[in-house]
Amino acid sequence: MTHLPYCLAAWLFAVGMYGIVTSRNMVHLIICLTVVQSSTYALLLAIGFRANAVAPIFADIKPGTPAVDPVVQALMLTDIVVEVTVTALLLGLAVLAHQQTGKLDPRELGVLRG
Amino acid sequence: MSAGTRIAMFVLSCAAFTALYIAALCGLSPIGQVHGWAAQYGDAINRMSVPALHITDAVTAVNFEFRGFDTLGEEFIMAVSVLGAALLLRKHPDQGSGPPQDKAAGRKISRPGDAVRVLTVGLVGPVTLFGIYIVVHGQLTPGGGFQGGVILASAPLLIYLAGEFGSLQQVAPRWLVEVGEAVGAGGYAVIGAVSLAVGLPFLANYLPPGRVGDLFSGGIVALIDVTVGLEVAGGLLLLLLVFLEEALTRRP
Amino acid sequence: MMWLQALILLMVAAGGLGVVVTRDPLNQAVAASFYGILLGLMFFLFHAPDVALSQITVGALALPLMILLALAKIRKREQETQEENRKPEADGQRE
Repeated sequence: MTHLPYCLAAWLFAVGMYGIVTSRNMVHLIICLTVVQSSTYALLLAIGFRANAVAPIFADIKPGTPAVDPVVQALMLTDIVVEVTVTALLLGLAVLAHQQTGKLDPRELGVLRG
Repeated sequence: MSAGTRIAMFVLSCAAFTALYIAALCGLSPIGQVHGWAAQYGDAINRMSVPALHITDAVTAVNFEFRGFDTLGEEFIMAVSVLGAALLLRKHPDQGSGPPQDKAAGRKISRPGDAVRVLTVGLVGPVTLFGIYIVVHGQLTPGGGFQGGVILASAPLLIYLAGEFGSLQQVAPRWLVEVGEAVGAGGYAVIGAVSLAVGLPFLANYLPPGRVGDLFSGGIVALIDVTVGLEVAGGLLLLLLVFLEEALTRRP
Repeated sequence: MMWLQALILLMVAAGGLGVVVTRDPLNQAVAASFYGILLGLMFFLFHAPDVALSQITVGALALPLMILLALAKIRKREQETQEENRKPEADGQRE
């Protein structure tokens, strides 16, 4: 349990990369990219965690009680919302590639033509 | 090289990388037992957030006060990717557009059932109110501009679920959404520029911190919450409109 | 609490594998939505309520929506090209 989140981060990264490399559909590839991104969330979460601590919201507890690290949570929070817009951009690229060539297989989309 | 050799090379390198990654990560201290210099930044912010700024949500304090410049950059990343997606899916000169053809290809049209329409129309008001509550209470309880903006962007989507694309375009016309998003994105930079005009560094706090637990506490953090919420809601709604237009109204 | 955290970590690992192994993008959108909710639960159990709120609204709502809209456009385009390919064949048979 002490090092389980670190192993989870490595596992999610490896599984996501395997999905990206062996993908035969552009949309499937983009969703595997979100799995790779969630591995970074697992790593940041593990780094910020403190044992026997509470959430860093001091609305009803005394400021000074040991709390979880808020800096990594702030990093994760903006990253999650920005990730979905970048995924939408990638999906727009996939739709446009399908419009131009009619194929969705990344192995067949190899050559760029002017 | 063929696909087989590519996959074999990938499996070898991924196994080596994963082994090194796990060996490196397990050299860190066990989770929860971070002490010493690695924990000082977080503990300092936890200690300072209420006495110095009267903000009870330390994560919002980090996002918009201690590291406000980074959040400005991330917000612009979001605005630029929305711009890129809208640019990619624009209408080409050889494409026509017609009335919205509101069905998936190869499926029959079916009107939304009465239960769906009653539920979605009834939920639009509470969802909007909830989104505004989350945006405005960012500095007091878990919430803030980013989360509340996403919730606000889902309220017009309920209108689309209840009716058709025409009703969504009437409630949230494209020019209004674009103006809202631009005002939100630019407003954050303008708030920072006002600190420059007052004589402080960029994005330094120049409003009084207020009372702990008040709605308007923490200085400019309350204003930044509103602009970021506006920008995120506008950005996601614009993405939705662009994708729906592309899928429903374009004709070859 | 410790066993609950270990359990959710194992479930997230299984969920990630499930998302990758699902090959059809339409089924994968639903799998990604469920994976997003699992991640939100993990963030909540590790004392990160802000991040959990963000993840649940985005991962279960906005992301599958974008995927489904992209798939609708792709499927419509495929249907249009099929109709175009069928029409010249019919003309050729008639002549």
